[in-house]
Amino acid sequence: MKRLTLAGFLAGAVVLMSCSTGCRHPEKGITPIPERAMPRVSEPKPKPPAQPVKPARPQPPKPTPPTPGPGGVAPGQKASGSELKTTPSGVELPSPEMFEGMVMDTNYFKAQTVHFDFDSSFVKYSERPKVEEVAKALKATPEAKLLIDGHCDERGTEEYNRALGERRALSLREHLIKLGISPDRIRTRSWGEDRPADPRHNEEAWAKNRRGEFILLLPPGAKPPSPPAGSAEK
Amino acid sequence: MRSMIWKKTGWAAAIAAWTLMGSARPAEELTIEKVGALGRIPIAVEGYSGEAAQVLRFDLEIAGFRYVDRSQAQYLLAGKSVNRVEGALTDLVSGARLFSKAYTGATLRVQAHALADDVVQAVTGRPGIARTRIAFRVTRNGVSEIYVADYDGHNPIQITRDGTVTAAPCWAPGQNKLLYVTYRFGNADILLHDLNTGRRAFVARYSGSNISPAASPDGRRVAMILSKSGSPDLYVANLDGSGLRQLTQTPGVEACPTWSPDGRWIAYSTRLGGRRVLAKVPVSGGVPKRIPTSGVLNPTEADWSPDGRWIAFTSQMGGFEICVVPAGGGEARILVSGEDPVWAPNSRTLIYVRRAGGRRQLSLLDVFTKERKDVARSLGDCSQPTWAR
Repeated sequence: MKRLTLAGFLAGAVVLMSCSTGCRHPEKGITPIPERAMPRVSEPKPKPPAQPVKPARPQPPKPTPPTPGPGGVAPGQKASGSELKTTPSGVELPSPEMFEGMVMDTNYFKAQTVHFDFDSSFVKYSERPKVEEVAKALKATPEAKLLIDGHCDERGTEEYNRALGERRALSLREHLIKLGISPDRIRTRSWGEDRPADPRHNEEAWAKNRRGEFILLLPPGAKPPSPPAGSAEK
Repeated sequence: MRSMIWKKTGWAAAIAAWTLMGSARPAEELTIEKVGALGRIPIAVEGYSGEAAQVLRFDLEIAGFRYVDRSQAQYLLAGKSVNRVEGALTDLVSGARLFSKAYTGATLRVQAHALADDVVQAVTGRPGIARTRIAFRVTRNGVSEIYVADYDGHNPIQITRDGTVTAAPCWAPGQNKLLYVTYRFGNADILLHDLNTGRRAFVARYSGSNISPAASPDGRRVAMILSKSGSPDLYVANLDGSGLRQLTQTPGVEACPTWSPDGRWIAYSTRLGGRRVLAKVPVSGGVPKRIPTSGVLNPTEADWSPDGRWIAFTSQMGGFEICVVPAGGGEARILVSGEDPVWAPNSRTLIYVRRAGGRRQLSLLDVFTKERKDVARSLGDCSQPTWAR
């Protein structure tokens, strides 16, 4: 009798133990769910990049023979006396350090904002006089540099627009280089569709938003030159 | 009696599904293997209340189940959610009890998600997505920040405070880290943000724009669009940005990279012969190949499914349409109006953006049943989702 009771007790204990450790027997198994840690907000100062910002010479992909760059400069050759090379993509961009500390003037070239056709980065002939005015002003102010902001209307997808805005800024830069401005004076930036000039959702607004804006950069303390020809009255 | 009714509804569902799929497009491309899976799977759910009931319904419906009475159901999920979530799943056709479980820990909401995942696993043989996470961009008054949330948009946490434009978040697979673009430092730069510590590091900070980061499936590398050579080109590097290699070199626009799951190819948007197309290039370098997307125009924002079989993308033909094409290229199928589709780890659910009244809204789509659910409605203008793998 005692043995039976003991066996029964042991059997019961085994069943209880195996169930409480989550056995796959179709009795109720208890599944504990782990807590998930909260994601942390970004700290203010990021670590510098692992790759140095001064680019090593970019390695072109293997089989494709290079095509002549814009402005007819053969690839691998230096463009207009600067260290920046012309590649099959275009003219290399200068490193960010060359623009450090410069002061932005977003009003100076407001009248020279160039507008683009839908899904295009081609600088229309009707817009080129504005680019010539920018080139003239830069030649007259040798200490000045330039930032070109490219923008899109909302009718493209977001990342495609971010790339297209950059291509628009680069097209304008290429025209300025052709007009004799050194490539290391010009940097580019794209805002995609994020900074519309006109927030409305119609053709008139979209036409205004597809644009490239020229931002004058001056060393700190430099006096702004007199406004370029064609600018509106201040 | 029950099995007779199931047989009738089963056939009806199958016929309806074949009809809906249309004769022009081969329906067998998107079938899944289990019986009854061409259409929604009828399930009866009993005994739940409050938040757990809502969570279960959301999770099961987007997973391809249809809520019905017991008399019409193929499966029965019965349980309760008072102090903890419990549930037993029965196959009403065979009478088999598939599982009986109780959950503890975390919140009732998470427990309900866990139960939904267990139902999906038991019925379809595949893991559920109810406990996965997404990240996305929220825009308010011209300022955008990155948020992390549950896949259904709940528990959103803002993880940037840059006060400017942030964009293009992308999870690094297998890690609690996010890549994204921020203009905080005066330019479009790519950063890697460790969500465990809040620390972030520059991945690409070159002149011009550093945009569209896409982490490789093994989490070790990143594809990016950089314009430092004079045009937006495709580059690849280690996840920290070292070892940079240029993969395309054209005067045109390359955009929107996405990796093949085996890590050997990167597909992206480009132009060929004046037309916008999708192409792919070997990660080891080489000649790009076009990915044909017949029947639609201007493909962009591509995302390669984790199982390697499909590429989802946006087609621009007036408005935006979410499309899928077999990964090798071919006939593209339009799924729904919207843009920027991203695959869940199950290669079956998509999250995408639809524009409604000038505002962008995130939405989930079950590609097989076309069930759709909006997520994260209360946050405002939400876009550019990425799904943690």
